[in-house]
Amino acid sequence: MARPTDTARESKAAAAPGSAAFILKKSFISAFVALVLFSLMIGVRTEAGPAGQLIYWTRFGDLAALVAAVFFGSIAIELIRGWLGPSRRVSLVPEALSSRLSGLQRFLAPALLVFALLVPVIFYEQRYMLDLGILVLTYVMLGWGLNIVVGLAGLLDLGYVAFYAVGAYAYALLAQNGLPFLEFSTTSPFVSIQFLDLGNWAFWVLLPISGILAAFWGMLLGFPVLRLKGDYLAIVTLAFGEIIRLVLLNWQNVTGGPNGITGVPRPSLFGIPLTNTDDGLATRLGIEFSATHRVVLLFYLILALALLTNWVTIRLRRLPIGRAWEALREDEVACRSLGINTTTTKLTAFATGAMFGGFAGAFFATRQGFISPESFTFQESALVLAIVVLGGMGSQLGVALAALAMIGGFELFRGLEQFRMLVFGGAMVLLMIWRPRGLIGHRAPSVYLEKPTEISSAMVKEGHG
Amino acid sequence: MDYFAQQLINGLVLGSIYGLIAIGYTMVYGIVGMINFAHGDIFMIGGFIALIAFLLLVSLGLTFVPVILLLVLLVSMAVTALYGWTVERIAYRPLRQSFRLAPMLSAIGMSFVLSNYAQVAQGARVKPVPPVITGGYTLFENDGFVVRLSNIQIIVVVTTVILLAIFSWLVARTRLGRDMRACEQDQTMAALLGVDVDRTISMTFVIGAALAAVAGMMYLLYYGVIDFFMGFIAGIKAFTAAVLGGIGSLPGAMLGGLLIGLIETFWSAYFSSEYKDVAAFSILIVVLIFLPTGLLGRPEVEKV
Repeated sequence: MARPTDTARESKAAAAPGSAAFILKKSFISAFVALVLFSLMIGVRTEAGPAGQLIYWTRFGDLAALVAAVFFGSIAIELIRGWLGPSRRVSLVPEALSSRLSGLQRFLAPALLVFALLVPVIFYEQRYMLDLGILVLTYVMLGWGLNIVVGLAGLLDLGYVAFYAVGAYAYALLAQNGLPFLEFSTTSPFVSIQFLDLGNWAFWVLLPISGILAAFWGMLLGFPVLRLKGDYLAIVTLAFGEIIRLVLLNWQNVTGGPNGITGVPRPSLFGIPLTNTDDGLATRLGIEFSATHRVVLLFYLILALALLTNWVTIRLRRLPIGRAWEALREDEVACRSLGINTTTTKLTAFATGAMFGGFAGAFFATRQGFISPESFTFQESALVLAIVVLGGMGSQLGVALAALAMIGGFELFRGLEQFRMLVFGGAMVLLMIWRPRGLIGHRAPSVYLEKPTEISSAMVKEGHG
Repeated sequence: MDYFAQQLINGLVLGSIYGLIAIGYTMVYGIVGMINFAHGDIFMIGGFIALIAFLLLVSLGLTFVPVILLLVLLVSMAVTALYGWTVERIAYRPLRQSFRLAPMLSAIGMSFVLSNYAQVAQGARVKPVPPVITGGYTLFENDGFVVRLSNIQIIVVVTTVILLAIFSWLVARTRLGRDMRACEQDQTMAALLGVDVDRTISMTFVIGAALAAVAGMMYLLYYGVIDFFMGFIAGIKAFTAAVLGGIGSLPGAMLGGLLIGLIETFWSAYFSSEYKDVAAFSILIVVLIFLPTGLLGRPEVEKV
């Protein structure tokens, strides 16, 4: 914002930057712009009247307050800027931060893990905290899943929620209708489709199936977008996510349309239901039944799923395919010229990311017991993407902390529900301006040269290279 | 045939609105090389400003409709243009030198801010507008089926044509247009030759927003309803139009807009109206796969 040339030009006619006159002038301009911007939108409130006609009333008080806020806010910003001195370019990874973080990381990650494991013990009585924990972990898992696509392979995916939706609907539909299989018989009709009711094992059988289906959809999306990059890729994935949502919304007789699917089967502890019945877990263990048992099970379930995602990502990063992803992120042309098959590299990234999205979707469906297209809007994709970006695109710990900060932040704004997206959007803009590479830090490539190798023409002899 | 003719008229009107929005996308992409994700919401803001200005003018006692409409048009264009300028100043200019994805993410954030701002400021409920421009002409009548061309449809198309003429003149003949074309080719070189790049980019956003405001007002008059969420879908469709026509190309944006409007209208008329958005998005995907440069675009040469 305050690049030297800017300030120099603007201040040519007026006083020097930093002087009182300069600050006042800038603030007056900002306040005037704000006045024009807000005059109609804030100053006048329209509403549909009882008879369908439009009525309006004025809110000049709010308008004046906002304009004053902009005026004094810009004075404050100018003063702070003058106090901080001329802005300098921040290096991509601040040396001090990255080294401090790597030291911290060694202790922070295990500490967080232990804390996560103990959450159900500490907050056993507080249902709200458990639910919040489950929500945070769901987004941690989604963040880690998307991180494979965006953070590792560098493919900007704005339609990640589509795979989440595929997983959720796959689980809900299959659990309600049973698993279809082909039955062969010797009489006509020789082949018929039967549905196998999975009973208490539904979640455990359908979880991998949901993941596989989502991965399949990931490949399906991957094929057409192989040739696209950057912004085009982003917009196509967005369109894909919207198509999935619109189909879910309009394919009434399968998906239930806007009403969604209710009564999605709850998870069991490996076949033992958590109900207040004779074969329920509580009766078998001889303890008193409590609804909290299921919440605790859900908590550990999503924790395990999230850790699985993390583990697979870390392992994959050490394998050739993971290295190919990172190479692809850094430079696609160089990647291709080094003989890496970009087609399979991109497809596996999409499929792997989508698979974890599908797992998370199946978990979401079994946790909520109810799903509808409303849960799978573009805002959800943007939220997960914001978590990945905030976490530093590629850093596993960063993504986890970012999910905690984001979802926790949303909870703080619970009373101000209507301003939520305003704050979220504003935070995204500010983050991009202030720290485009993420708050937590940026993941360096997994493989790199220990020390720079000297290369010069003097070292190259003819025929020796 | 009559049904077809009627749908053709409806499609052209809708296409004009998409085309006006698409120009904003294509101009910004041509010069800055980013998708201005918030442009659809600028269109929505333009519609709201027009609605409020209209309400105020009517309550001030003005009754002569053409004067009201002209004033509403001017106010809406001016204020929305300031919105476009502010968005560029706050969310995009500081990111000029940043990494590739930063402006895109910032634009998504800005899009949320704008739509939520309209929701908070004006309420979430759909706002109806009484039909201002009524009447029309019966083109021909056949077996009881009437093909009508209403006055509002004429106004939308005529306004679009006039604005396009002014805009083409602006780009082709004025100093500003020359600066814009220079920045599109090479920003560094343009700056070296004395073009104020920052100002030119700002003006691009201002013009784009003004055109989107016109589209917003036309949408308001044509459909008679407005809500805070309409910018998202309209924005993506207009972007589809820009890509279909070849991003960076101005006649392409208009052509793409008309095509998208026609496709959407015919799809609703002959297949199902529920899947009309799916049709538009599928076209986007298909075009990008088979015709990445669009109908009138130039192929992009990748240099390493």
